[in-house]
Amino acid sequence: MVYSFLLLKIMHELSIAMGIVKIAEDETAKVKENTVTKIELEIGQLAGIEIDSLNFVWESAVKDSVLEKAIKEITIIPGKAKCADCDTVFYLENIYDSCPKCNSNFKGILQGKELRVKALEVI
Amino acid sequence: MCGTCGCGTDDNGPTILKPGEQPHNHVHEHTHDGIHFHSHEDAEHNHQHKVLKIEQDILQNNQVLAARNRGYFEAKNIFALNLVSSPGSGKTSILEKTLADLSAEIPFYVIEGDQQTLNDANRIDALKIPVIQINTGKGCHLESDMVYNAVKKLNIKDNSVLMIENVGNLVCPSMFDLGESKRVVIISTTEGEDKPIKYPDMFHTSDICIINKIDLLPYLNIDVEKLKNYALKVNPNLQFFEVSATTGEGMEAWYNWLKKNLI
Repeated sequence: MVYSFLLLKIMHELSIAMGIVKIAEDETAKVKENTVTKIELEIGQLAGIEIDSLNFVWESAVKDSVLEKAIKEITIIPGKAKCADCDTVFYLENIYDSCPKCNSNFKGILQGKELRVKALEVI
Repeated sequence: MCGTCGCGTDDNGPTILKPGEQPHNHVHEHTHDGIHFHSHEDAEHNHQHKVLKIEQDILQNNQVLAARNRGYFEAKNIFALNLVSSPGSGKTSILEKTLADLSAEIPFYVIEGDQQTLNDANRIDALKIPVIQINTGKGCHLESDMVYNAVKKLNIKDNSVLMIENVGNLVCPSMFDLGESKRVVIISTTEGEDKPIKYPDMFHTSDICIINKIDLLPYLNIDVEKLKNYALKVNPNLQFFEVSATTGEGMEAWYNWLKKNLI
């Protein structure tokens, strides 16, 4: 059971990693480059991505791609929300955290859902 | 996509089939006549680094096609539902019961998503409802391009309901918009009341929560109110239906909601 869940979880990050590879391949093709030396990613804390799992699948995902030799730089964006009842802006670790002031569950997420390729450094 | 025949299925990629159709044999020969030599004698490369500003959402391709699907559904007044849950919560049973009870009044179409087999599509086909099976191979969720291709094959009439049964998985499908009108998460009473906070993303992105297998409640140690409170903590806007696809209990409220959304 534990193993099958682990596999599922890794599959999840693998599909994200493959999406990153696709973007890198497309963008480098546009400028006729074929080696990325550094990739900058922005991942929100509430995006549903485990950085450990992403690191685990990274090597196999980037194999034989333009990212094979790239250094991966991840900026984690903390989760931030605004309470819909009392307007308090607060940081949250889980999407279900309630307002620390009035305990309401109604909120708008301000940041933390990001999943973005910010920049590529090519030779 | 397969570069040889262009059918959109690489070896482990998704296949889109109607019941009775056979997947075609997907082995292509590759030759590797080209012999490459690499020499790295010249270690002194002239490195000129260039930074490309990308700022692109990793899921952007999926989102663009999902928006396209959504526009198509809206234009044709198709009410599309994305049914998500862990495996075994009763998605297909709820679907079967709904189709059997309502297909005389509402034109239904179904897209089935599973890693393997045409089993679910065959169950729907037995009810004489047009159905397409997407087999995702190793993929753990449906993506909007698969739905786009399946919809093209399904030839959906205006003013109908499209049921998209996603791959049984409470993790990955939450991130992939298919262009649905509403997302419906199904949880069964045998799963435990803290599922919504264990897998919050799925409950956060859903509009409707169907609690299935309520006929088993006398035999279980589960507090349904507690389950609902957990789910509301994740998503205070969730609307609940408590049903049993086996006995039909509670299905009427779900049917009324479906009909109300068709107008």
